[in-house]
Amino acid sequence: MIPDVGYLAMVTALVGAVYATIASLYGFFKREERWVNSARHATMTLAPLLGLSSLTLIYALVVGDFQLKYVATTSSRDMPLFLKVTALWGGQSGSLLFWSFLMASFTFIVMLRRWDEDRELLPHVIFVTAGTLVFFVGLTTFVANPFEKLSFIPPDGQGLNPLLRHPGMVAHPPTLYLGYVGFVIPYAFAMAALVTRRTDPHWIRVTRRWTLAAWLFLSLGLLLGGRWAYDVLGWGGYWAWDPVENAAFMPWLTGTAFLHSVMIQEKRGMLKVWNMVLIILTYGLVIFGTFITRSGVISSVHSFAQSAVGPLFFSFIAVTAVASVATLLRRLDDLKSENRLDALLSREAAFLLNNMLFITLTFSVFIGTISPMVSELVTGEKITVGPPWFDRVTAPQFALLLALMGIAPLTAWRKTAAQRLGRSLWWPFLIAVVVVIGLFLRGVHSWGALLGFLLVTFVGVTTLWEYVRGVIARRRARGEPWLVAFWRLAGRNRRRYGGYIVHLGVVCMALGIIGTEFFQQDTEGTLRPGEALEIGGFRTVYRTLRTYPGPGDLIVTEATVEIYQGDQLLKTVHPKREFYQNTQQTMTIPALRSTMAEDVYVLLTGWEGGGATATFRVYINPLVNWLWLGGLIFVVGTLVAGWPDFEAERRMVMPRLTIAPQQV
Amino acid sequence: MQEATVPKTELQTAGRSRAKFYVGGLIILAAVAYLIVSSFGAHAEYFLTVEELLARRDELQGRQVRVSGAVIGDTIVYDAQNLDLEFTIAHVPGSNKEIEAAGGLAVVLRQAVSDPQVPRLTVRYHGPKPDLMQHEAQAIVTGKLGEDGIFYADELLLKCPTRYEEDIPSQSKG
Repeated sequence: MIPDVGYLAMVTALVGAVYATIASLYGFFKREERWVNSARHATMTLAPLLGLSSLTLIYALVVGDFQLKYVATTSSRDMPLFLKVTALWGGQSGSLLFWSFLMASFTFIVMLRRWDEDRELLPHVIFVTAGTLVFFVGLTTFVANPFEKLSFIPPDGQGLNPLLRHPGMVAHPPTLYLGYVGFVIPYAFAMAALVTRRTDPHWIRVTRRWTLAAWLFLSLGLLLGGRWAYDVLGWGGYWAWDPVENAAFMPWLTGTAFLHSVMIQEKRGMLKVWNMVLIILTYGLVIFGTFITRSGVISSVHSFAQSAVGPLFFSFIAVTAVASVATLLRRLDDLKSENRLDALLSREAAFLLNNMLFITLTFSVFIGTISPMVSELVTGEKITVGPPWFDRVTAPQFALLLALMGIAPLTAWRKTAAQRLGRSLWWPFLIAVVVVIGLFLRGVHSWGALLGFLLVTFVGVTTLWEYVRGVIARRRARGEPWLVAFWRLAGRNRRRYGGYIVHLGVVCMALGIIGTEFFQQDTEGTLRPGEALEIGGFRTVYRTLRTYPGPGDLIVTEATVEIYQGDQLLKTVHPKREFYQNTQQTMTIPALRSTMAEDVYVLLTGWEGGGATATFRVYINPLVNWLWLGGLIFVVGTLVAGWPDFEAERRMVMPRLTIAPQQV
Repeated sequence: MQEATVPKTELQTAGRSRAKFYVGGLIILAAVAYLIVSSFGAHAEYFLTVEELLARRDELQGRQVRVSGAVIGDTIVYDAQNLDLEFTIAHVPGSNKEIEAAGGLAVVLRQAVSDPQVPRLTVRYHGPKPDLMQHEAQAIVTGKLGEDGIFYADELLLKCPTRYEEDIPSQSKG
């Protein structure tokens, strides 16, 4: 009964979205404001309707209405309440509905804004957002219906896949989806700007915070996904260049390029076409990402052939791509650059190079991800590429980007004198060289790692110096105390200094990545109680093993392992194996001893004779916690950059200022 | 550089910078293209069926390939002390269409292990025995075919016909 209400709400939302799409178009062509307004109101009903629909599905999941196929496959009686709720995004159809709801909510907020200044953009924004919703709600209505009923009522459901019962996995899809749907908003405004020929940076300013929010959520989603893999998948790593990961990473790459290059358009009126291309690309990759994440078309052996979701997604991507590019081509004349590139050593050139690298990276990841599909089409043979391929192709590009991150903030707009740049770069470089020589003398002989440390130190120092320089200048000019000067510096120029915090986060993350990529060690062995594995100066001693029942159908087998360094006991840890009887599935839960220097990562991989012997695998992951710390700093930086700055907004109303070369 | 002696207009400098930028950009693009293509040679893995591998054994010996097949339960031998695992896989068709036509993965796997006519391949792997290592599971092994006709795997992935609708990364990565 209640699920029927949800289904009805979903169908109503579909009708509403179709109506809004048509009405906005009609209103635009007939120049009739009331049709546009009507479309706007219709669009605003979508969020409540899809919210209601999602709520009824949650209700069905919680009470265990197993007649619904979706509930029967993702929920079960003995699952804890919060997992039952989050099972909403535990399967394909539910998560598509949830995706639509988030999209509708974002659209709702956009509809609420005051449109006085840019009334002419409204119908097009409605057309794009409601049109996107037509596709997604259409999918959940006709193809992947979460309210589909079984012909019988099973006594209990299968429950959520144990691998997904982790806090990281509970939070990962919503953040990722928020990131995905967030990018639809700047795309909608970009299209509106194109059609209405309002190609000044207005659309960029209006959507700047949307872009930042989308980017923040996408970054968070990637981080949470990595942490989940590290904690749950039990292979000692956090990133495997899996198609699903790549699918989320690609829009992040193009989105990052977009965030940077819009600055050039705002300040210098350049790269207008390029920004359009970037946002169109990001939108396409967002849809592609949603599709890959939810179909497993590439990695899966049992592909998604039974359902029509795949071809529909590809058609939708193709149609939107063709329409967007066609619109862009028709408006090329309006997108003439107001300025030209003046000098090779300039902020503009640095941004261009940055953009190029992000795009070549996206392209590289894309090629690697689709290589099995393409090679099968071309040669009839399936060729796959694994992490070594991705590492080799992307590492040099990431290294260049990192170097650029150190240099670019020191360049000025228009033109920088080489000498001037050299003066501010030589000493951070010298520090980096000294650090690298120190590391070399202490036994680090991998060239890749040394280059990595060189870049990390160099970029870290130049980025920090930007702060120090700003604080010193404030102190000198206004006599403020250090802390006040620091606070006001960041507070008055959030975008810039927030950006630098993000850069610092990236530096920390790079440190973690270099540590694990170059210095990870692992060993494995079967031990009797009292015996130990030795690795990287640590000794892991196997003590005991016990098996006990967990909640529901779960049986836990837990080892007690002591981690020693020399004779000193550092920590007693409990690596586990969880066995879910109903689904016959086992999870290997690692136990960690974590410090900023390294993680000792212990896995229990098997045992014999009730614990007479047990098999362990131990990883040493140097510096890996810098990755997570860097992620946190990254998020803080993005928040600083995006925090509303009302003072600055008043200033923004004034026409664009000509930027003096000195003013960065 | 002689730039200082040559009188120049701003336009010329700008033009020259742009040209330099294009050249630099092209160099980067070429470098990335080279990286992508050359890495394909070094790190690409052929995804083959047991039949294909055996048919081209001479050509593919010692080359990194990825093979999938159905695990025959009786052949699994595991030495827990030394972590040595040996088992035999039976050929299953490679294309999804064939699998679907035959009635789905579960059916295909069952047929493969029960038909003695189907080509088989012995696999050796060093590492803990994954829990999914059981009769009629699908094994995806990455490694090299030795001269002795045994496949030496350095990565072992197992899949059972899904109980869950989605494909999520497997735990057992070697």
